[in-house]
Amino acid sequence: MILDEHLFRREAGRLTSALTRVFGVHNLALAEDVVQDAFCRALETWPIRGVPDNPSAWLMTTARNRALDIVRRQHTANTFAPELGRMLDSEWTLASVVDEILAADAVPDSMLRLMFSCCHPRLSEAAQVALILNILCGFSVQEIAGAFASSHAAIEKRIVRGKKVLAESKRLFDTVAPADFSDRLPAVQRALYLLFNEGYHGASPIASVRAELCNEAMRLTAVLLQHPLGGTPATYALAALMALTAARLPARTDAASGNLVALLDQDRTKWDRTRLSEGLRLLELSASGVELTEYHIEAAMASVHALAPRAEDTDWDAIISLYDSLIAIKPSPIVALNRAIAIAQRDGPDRGLAAIAAISNRERLASYPFYFAALGELELRHGNRERARGHFQTSLERARNATERRFFKQRLAASDRSSTHPPDAAFWDAGFESSPMSEGDEDQ
Amino acid sequence: MSEFLFLFRGSERLMRSPEEMQISMQKWVAWFKELNEKGIVKDPGNPLDASGRVVRGRVKDIHDGPYAEAKDLVNGYVLIEAPTIDQAIELSKGCPILEDDGSVEVRPIKKFG
Repeated sequence: MILDEHLFRREAGRLTSALTRVFGVHNLALAEDVVQDAFCRALETWPIRGVPDNPSAWLMTTARNRALDIVRRQHTANTFAPELGRMLDSEWTLASVVDEILAADAVPDSMLRLMFSCCHPRLSEAAQVALILNILCGFSVQEIAGAFASSHAAIEKRIVRGKKVLAESKRLFDTVAPADFSDRLPAVQRALYLLFNEGYHGASPIASVRAELCNEAMRLTAVLLQHPLGGTPATYALAALMALTAARLPARTDAASGNLVALLDQDRTKWDRTRLSEGLRLLELSASGVELTEYHIEAAMASVHALAPRAEDTDWDAIISLYDSLIAIKPSPIVALNRAIAIAQRDGPDRGLAAIAAISNRERLASYPFYFAALGELELRHGNRERARGHFQTSLERARNATERRFFKQRLAASDRSSTHPPDAAFWDAGFESSPMSEGDEDQ
Repeated sequence: MSEFLFLFRGSERLMRSPEEMQISMQKWVAWFKELNEKGIVKDPGNPLDASGRVVRGRVKDIHDGPYAEAKDLVNGYVLIEAPTIDQAIELSKGCPILEDDGSVEVRPIKKFG
């Protein structure tokens, strides 16, 4: 019996979600203990008795028995899920209600309840993402800190505080009420988007870690898509964006050096065709409503890249007009910067530099390393080696993690080479957002 | 053929992430599989709970566990068959507990006869 890689991690999220519905969100820690206990039992039993035919079901049954035990022993002293009323009080109803909640087909809804609960308005986006990774994806504090290239203490603080807010919310988010669902949905989509971005653009120097973050984001987005209220055009667009972007993961990292490879330099034969066609299919499904979200536009951009057999075949007119739409619904100097780069790509470095000079609120880019990297690239292409050097030097000083530092060093070295290496538009895959994980906590 | 008892000592109950627990579990499964395929397992044993009591001396004093530091706590055993203690020791070297800084005590079973 070969186990799925990351089985325990995935099951941790499923089990914790299901158990939290029984115990109540204020008893999240108890649910986590029961999950840990089920894994310990597996660790003790499976080597001797063999791995069961259905490991997920085995873990769920073990957790179920323990949960019943706890409710029977403690229900006088402890209040469990208020949503269940008195269903846990009587032997007549206890087992059947617990079994109903822990049934395999009920788990996705429990995961959504917890996911929506994690996206509490009192928590910063960074905290929401960390909380989702910890509770729903089974990542430990240590593992999250590693993936975000962040300190253990910072992540731990974020998670401890997040769990406190969760516990104080008393009830799990109710996924049945349409109005509440629609109110919270954008925050959930955003958290999944950030989780994905952290994988694709993220700080971790390990390619497999970043791919895992992308996979987790896609897995949770798929759960959201299945919910009758969750499968909105925006969620389809988000799923499309993820699939189209994740298709590039095999070409994202240079196998020899471990360095990130920018979009226009990637070996497109390595792109995952299955994911590309899945992404295009999802993008079509996203076009059903009147709503046009940033996810639609970003997914459309990703599809333009996906459809270009070579970097030089890219339809820059389409990309630039998509940037115009994006700026219209979400004005941001970072988006404007990316638009300027697309213009440089189509019309040459002069026009690109002019477009950068025309960005309103340009001063807000002063701490953004890719701003200087973009200036450096365009000056380099222009032949202004000295100026390019200065900009790359600044981008290196502003770098937020080791992966970025390595990338800018590489660009700095390129500006020293005499060869006219085709300009990389290296920042292309820099993403529209600076990583939220490297910002301070701005929880209220 | 002689029989040997492997006593596993060391903390298996550290708070670990699901990923780490799965990796550890898979190592144990692989090691047991290897022993089983060699046909030398006389008794696969059972894990021991960390709780328990110690009953000591004439007065039958009862002490609560833990009665040893975590690293010295026996938490499981296996009975195996091997021609010599050296060969039994070789077999024990594959035990995953060693990677967690635990230990395997290899004890020959005394036979009367």
